Amino acid sequence: MPKRTDITSILIIGSGPIVIGQACEFDYSGTQACRVLREEGYRIILVNSNPATIMTDPDLADATYVEPITPHFVEKIIEKERPDVILPTMGGQTALNTAVALAESGVLEKYGVELIGAKLEAIKKAEDRELFQRAMDRIGLATARGGFVRSRDEAVKIAAAIGFPIIIRPSFTLGGTGGGIAYNFEEFEEKVEHGLSSSPIHEVLIEESVIGWKEYELEVMRDLKDNVVIICSIENFDPMGVHTGDSITVAPAQTLSDKEYQHMRDAARKVIREIGVETGGSNIQFAVNPDNGRMIVIEMNPRVSRSSALASKATGFPIAKMAAKLAVGYTLDEIPNDITKQTPASFEPTIDYCVVKIPRWDFEKFKGVDDTLGVQMKSVGEVMAIGRTFKESLQKALRSLEQGYGGLGADGKDLVDVRSLSADQLPEWKKRVVDRLRMPKPLNVLYLRYALQLGLTIEDLFEITKVDRWFLHNLKQIVDFEEELRTYSLS
Amino acid sequence: MTILGHHIEEEVQAKLVLENGTIFTGEAFGATGESTGEVVFNTSLTGYQEILTDPSYAGQIVTMTYPLIGNYGINLEDLESVKPQVAGFIVKEYFDYHSNFRSIGSLGDWLSRHRILGIQGIDTRMLTRMIRTVGAMRGIISANDLDDARLLQKVRQSPEMKGLDLTKQVTTSEPYSWDEVDRTPFALAPLAQHRSGGGKWKVVVFDYGVKHNILRRLSSYGCVLTVVPSSYSAEQVLELNPDGIFLSNGPGDPAAVRYAIANIMKLVGRKPLFGICLGHQILALALGAKTFKLKFGHRGANHPVKNLLNGSVEITSQNHGFAVDPETFDPLAIEVTHVNLNDGTNEGFRHRSLPIFSVQYHPEASPGPHDSDYLFRQFVEMMERDRAPAVGPQSP
Repeated sequence: MPKRTDITSILIIGSGPIVIGQACEFDYSGTQACRVLREEGYRIILVNSNPATIMTDPDLADATYVEPITPHFVEKIIEKERPDVILPTMGGQTALNTAVALAESGVLEKYGVELIGAKLEAIKKAEDRELFQRAMDRIGLATARGGFVRSRDEAVKIAAAIGFPIIIRPSFTLGGTGGGIAYNFEEFEEKVEHGLSSSPIHEVLIEESVIGWKEYELEVMRDLKDNVVIICSIENFDPMGVHTGDSITVAPAQTLSDKEYQHMRDAARKVIREIGVETGGSNIQFAVNPDNGRMIVIEMNPRVSRSSALASKATGFPIAKMAAKLAVGYTLDEIPNDITKQTPASFEPTIDYCVVKIPRWDFEKFKGVDDTLGVQMKSVGEVMAIGRTFKESLQKALRSLEQGYGGLGADGKDLVDVRSLSADQLPEWKKRVVDRLRMPKPLNVLYLRYALQLGLTIEDLFEITKVDRWFLHNLKQIVDFEEELRTYSLS
Repeated sequence: MTILGHHIEEEVQAKLVLENGTIFTGEAFGATGESTGEVVFNTSLTGYQEILTDPSYAGQIVTMTYPLIGNYGINLEDLESVKPQVAGFIVKEYFDYHSNFRSIGSLGDWLSRHRILGIQGIDTRMLTRMIRTVGAMRGIISANDLDDARLLQKVRQSPEMKGLDLTKQVTTSEPYSWDEVDRTPFALAPLAQHRSGGGKWKVVVFDYGVKHNILRRLSSYGCVLTVVPSSYSAEQVLELNPDGIFLSNGPGDPAAVRYAIANIMKLVGRKPLFGICLGHQILALALGAKTFKLKFGHRGANHPVKNLLNGSVEITSQNHGFAVDPETFDPLAIEVTHVNLNDGTNEGFRHRSLPIFSVQYHPEASPGPHDSDYLFRQFVEMMERDRAPAVGPQSP
């Protein structure tokens, strides 16, 4: 299908200020969308309150509004500019929530503005956990057991049925704000209260814990002809329980056989079709039980996301740019592949390298904040590295953090030189390292190295952290190589 | 040379020498020894066990473009035939430590048990780029002999793929019946309808090197299969009175399998025919078309194919070094149905009046996406239509 000629102007909603949980990835996606849709000859109207963005540069849109991204102000822009359509999927949760509010209050209908990329119904089905769960039931995909509650009493009832630990996720919040994991009743009550008050619709999901399961994401594209392709698979180094934004992540998935991967791919295709995201990129998250392979769907983002930025850079497939083109009617086989220029975009990228992303935390600037990682994102940024092996990429990513690391330790920044410890110091250090690893914390990967140096086995560490044995074994290879290097001299 | 985490004393040096004189040095994993074959690359990110056991790779040394191989070990289920079929295996980094709940052992141990030589530590990116530029080449991998000149001489004396009938090496010696379906938790619907309802369709499968998942999928759609050797005669097949005939995938040059082409010529118009891969090429040759050798072939799980009948795009699994030249089809008899979006080569056709259709790629996936599984249903529907006029309305 060629591009739509029944529309001439498009309103793109940006994501506003950079906050923890929503950073410059949406400037990246929004800028791509502005650029490509303008090239297609549409009049681009942009709203974004953040001046430190590329998208607000004068030449990227035909009309740029540096105004608050609230339904009130966006309505005024609509009233003045009369765009034909709104593309709400480029500006993260802020843009999506604003578009939903405008649709529900009747503003879009009043001015005859259409949502493109994702329709209201699809956004709600993906974002409202109850509707999402029902949708998954319809297509026969498993989700975590649990339910939605709007009061403390309802929450307690469900908790009694599923047992601790329990995950609490407020509906419609940014980066999981207000969510948490409860290991006992006191924690549970506290987190439910907090969750209910953070949710704009005063609702939280109380869910069976799949903490420790393997976590995966698939980046999916769909066009108006219902072609669906998977751009990238991502496997989290940190298991379920740590927000993806706080996890070390790896592309492509490393420990799935083809049968399991295709099972997940089939599920992702069913999900995007059932939710009804008509065009563009979506991100679908899965958890897999390492003991038996049981797979459940965790959630779906019906928009480009932090992971789409990573997947775009990891594969060379510019998800936001393609998503913008699909939103105005092109199909995947009509758009040229950005890298080859000669073949179409309707393909699934394959790569001959391994990509590692490591989040960057700055807890030293937030004194007194609990640095335990959970379902609420706490990192402030991230780095990505590409290498021919996981080990190479991990080492490069650690160096890229700009925190002085030379890689996985052995860089003069070690907390302890394990080889110099006396026999009676060892048990104390072992305890210290194991205690640290029991809680997910920033850069626990460095503590995994100490643990290996202290003689803990891969099995021990798997039991403690649930980091997949394959990753642990890679760390062990680095540690062993460090030992081997020490046996050589420079002379 | 030291690979991270492997002790020096365990390393066995090995070499890969291409017919153009390029020499790569790495380490042996799996069996040691020496092996020659056509060096080809596969771009699948997952599925090395299925690839290694695919009989279409007979006579070929397969290199994976994805650099980390062995991660999820070997399991009992992901087999496309009873043993690895490749002439050798080339990877960047072999991972002996495997992690997956289905894994029963390491890839290296399994290859060693089956006497397949693997070589790791190879710059597979450079190798792949060279194959793409120069074209598929013969190669030798050896852990026995590290003398460059001798290895080069041996590789130049090894047979060329063009003109080679390799189906003889991999076809079954005796006919057998097949009723297995996928029993893993990952199995696709429909599943084993005939277990409850009784098999509805008698299908003869010409085994040119058939992948087990083709048999499993046909079985799942209610076909009762008799798998016969590639040399089985048309008369013998017709004696079995099947509802349809399936022509399997397989290795080597299709034009070299003359007896098979002659056989299929006799079956055209007699029974519904469906071919995959080498079967597609043999069917095309039997219908008067020509085949040719591709520069470096299509091997991977990400090839976009356009279905010209409905305009949709299928992401397909592919493994072929030869292709059908669509210019040589009789346009009055044959309609092209599928085309590769990467290079425009033919991926499928159907006969305009007879119950015959065929695809170059692998709807059975394994490894690869399931987008094209509908073709098996299409085969069943074709048999249904073919049977209908002869026996009247179907009774359950």
